[in-house]
Amino acid sequence: MKKKLLAQKTLFIMIIPCMIYTFIFSYYPLKGWIMAFQNFKPAKGYAGSDFVGLRQFQFLFGDMEFWRSMRNTLGMSLMNLVFGTVFAIVFALLLNEIRSAGFKKITQTVSYLPHFLSWIIVTSLISNMLASDGMVNNFLSALHITKSPILFLGEQKYFWWVATFASIWKETGWNSIIYIAAIAGIDQDMYEAAQLDGANRFQRMWHVTLPGIRPTIVVLMIMNLGWVLNTSFEIPYLLGGGLLQDVSQTLDIFVLKYGMNIGNYSLATAAGIFKSVISLILVFGTNAVANKLGESSLM
Amino acid sequence: MSTSDKVFNIVNGLVMLFVIVVMLYPFWNTIAVSFNDAQDTLRGGITLFPRVFSLYSYQSVFKNKLMATAAVNSVLRTVLSTLLGVAVSSLVAYVLSRKELVGKKFITAYFLVTMYVSAGLIPTYFLIKELHLLNSFWVYIIPGVLGVYNVIVIKSFMQQLPESLTEAAMVDGAGYFRCYWQIVIPCCKPVLATIALWCAVGAWNQWFDTFLYASSKDNLTTLQYEMMKLLSSASQSGRDNSSIFGQEAQVANTITPTSIRAAVTIVASVPILVVYPFLQKYFVKGVTLGAVKG
Repeated sequence: MKKKLLAQKTLFIMIIPCMIYTFIFSYYPLKGWIMAFQNFKPAKGYAGSDFVGLRQFQFLFGDMEFWRSMRNTLGMSLMNLVFGTVFAIVFALLLNEIRSAGFKKITQTVSYLPHFLSWIIVTSLISNMLASDGMVNNFLSALHITKSPILFLGEQKYFWWVATFASIWKETGWNSIIYIAAIAGIDQDMYEAAQLDGANRFQRMWHVTLPGIRPTIVVLMIMNLGWVLNTSFEIPYLLGGGLLQDVSQTLDIFVLKYGMNIGNYSLATAAGIFKSVISLILVFGTNAVANKLGESSLM
Repeated sequence: MSTSDKVFNIVNGLVMLFVIVVMLYPFWNTIAVSFNDAQDTLRGGITLFPRVFSLYSYQSVFKNKLMATAAVNSVLRTVLSTLLGVAVSSLVAYVLSRKELVGKKFITAYFLVTMYVSAGLIPTYFLIKELHLLNSFWVYIIPGVLGVYNVIVIKSFMQQLPESLTEAAMVDGAGYFRCYWQIVIPCCKPVLATIALWCAVGAWNQWFDTFLYASSKDNLTTLQYEMMKLLSSASQSGRDNSSIFGQEAQVANTITPTSIRAAVTIVASVPILVVYPFLQKYFVKGVTLGAVKG
């Protein structure tokens, strides 16, 4: 053992600074969780602040605003998950049917592009698109679907759809990559066999391609379900707020507001811990489900 | 080919064309607005091309001191984050990819756990404060140096390299570090290119750390953060941050929030728009790489 360690001296010299770094930035701040069980005052520090047991959590669970934030988080995440997945799969299927390699390449290149832009840029473009004289309203009025412009960004009832639209616009192309790769992995003989049996294009898509990428779909769906609480900060923060707050405030925004704006560090940390614990259960739970279903685990 | 097939092909082609238009038009329109005279833009109806060509919006952006500082900071943080990010992530990946590493399981788990458990916003804020990184340029670089996900991607690439590659060098007396630096790194160029691009894009697009840790210092501002201030002032509060571009010009309508916003949007996305088509394959490569076991 000692000889082995000596032989690997260099490896440890390389890794130990990185482990210390990780300790400082990932493990050490966990001590801040103490705040959630205190009435924390920065001036008094951890040692001087009063311990209040679970009172912060009790307050949290009795707070309407907290549950509203929870509802908004789950609502937008689930809509995003369902529509995002459907759009990505349909896009991958249709793209796969394009015969011209050049056109396919151009479509792919263009559709991945928004993924690399910041949410700031994207929300700016989206709010232009959805403005009363923007692209979407012009399109709707040109087709005589609407008489007067719809105020997409001004009314609560549209907000979740706006958020879903924004993330579909940004991520559909990017999310389709993994499905395109899965489609490319399907045995070509299957298509020939189906064709010999007289299956048309749609039947081949339905009976060969979709079952072929089913494992990928299931695994990704389940994995993403594990992240539902972690995916909702930027769109609601940048596009929502103000009059839309009731439908746009998510858990992350709740934490930001109570922590940084109001200065109630203890309550904000309690909400953060609650979110982390639920997320952790979801991530590992969904992964276990994926394993049980016999699909290959991604973790 | 049957008729239904032909119809399908045409409809499918049109759908894809529609997708392209929906993706590109917002940019194109923003470019047109940014090159149009600000006062003329207010009349509405700018679609594909500027009606009254003007470079004034860009001139006011580039002449603005805050914007210049923001641009310099954005470039600096991008370059530094990318270099350090790739160096550190590849180093960790190399060590973890060595089969003989004593305690490999523990060390790997030690890093992996941090992907799932994070202290959260408030404790992290206090950490940054404790480390005296608040209102310091280094807050843009240091906290994000080690990306565990990037480590996994690089590691799985390294594990696919033939073992004989390093074995021969080790027999010849090369140490671990020389193996890493002279043999493994050169073999990993494709995956490192991908990771470098991810790091660069991530750093360039970051605004939240400026907002949270450095918003009180004008000399630490970044392009994305300035863009965010313009955006939030334009959308709700009625406050107008574009006043940083001078009251007089505003009164004269030679610049308007809309035009400034369009110009800044283009400035903040141009580096990505320019680089992206040429490096697309590197951008995309890691996606399928990342889906392998950690």
